[in-house]
Amino acid sequence: MANLKIGDKAISFKLPGVDDKVHSLDEYAGKNGLAVIFSCNHCPYVRAWEDRMVQIQADYAGKGIQLVAINANDDTKYPDDSFPKMKERSREKKFNYPYLRDETQEVARAYGAERTPEVFLFDKGLTLHYHGAIDDNYDNPSAVKEHYLRGALDAMLSGKPLSTSETKPVGCTVKWK
Amino acid sequence: MKVRFFYSEDCPSHDEALERLRKVMGEEGIRDEIEVVRVDSSEDAEKLKFIGSPTLLINGRDIDPPTNPYYALTCRAYRLEDGRISPLPSETMIRKAIRKAAAEGS
Repeated sequence: MANLKIGDKAISFKLPGVDDKVHSLDEYAGKNGLAVIFSCNHCPYVRAWEDRMVQIQADYAGKGIQLVAINANDDTKYPDDSFPKMKERSREKKFNYPYLRDETQEVARAYGAERTPEVFLFDKGLTLHYHGAIDDNYDNPSAVKEHYLRGALDAMLSGKPLSTSETKPVGCTVKWK
Repeated sequence: MKVRFFYSEDCPSHDEALERLRKVMGEEGIRDEIEVVRVDSSEDAEKLKFIGSPTLLINGRDIDPPTNPYYALTCRAYRLEDGRISPLPSETMIRKAIRKAAAEGS
């Protein structure tokens, strides 16, 4: 179960990205919203959703929304989740958001992330606004009925109350060391 | 026809995959029982040559034979007919495997 509840503040992080820069929570302060998504390379649920993540970033960048993906998986048991492989995936899929490595798994543990992908959406004040899945259909993007993350972003940006602020994250378990 | 279904509780698509397998088997007139095997540990994954959840074997053959098998307690990615990656095998994939096994058995 996630350690953060709706209304809680984001937990700070400082992690290396596939762009060889260190990224921290502070750099996203001032954005209209920040979606921290626990992710990875090897999980088929992530792979099924990652084009949608790229599209969401593209659609909402102009509205001041930033996505950040964090991979905390143990790469000794899951070598596809290593930092070099993350760099490859980011290039291959043309990620338009930072993809960060949480080698010690401290950030994932602090957030209480359980699955990949698992979204924590924070508002301008870095308060948790939505937690859970990206949408309701990992298998088929054209069969999605509930666009949870997009709905949360739209509601947050327009200052309207959110109908669904929490959903069950669906995906692979985070691979702990 | 010998149908085996291997899964891990960690991968949420297994219920839907089993349902899909049952549906396609029904449509193809296959009434054999499905042997459902839960894989709980990395040791079991090695022992059972389990490459990810869900894995479907028809007469001992994987419905989507891996080119470079790696045995681990993990979720499995299927490349669908349209190129997308999914945690679920498609109905077409299952149907092809069943028809191939049926043709070989007749």
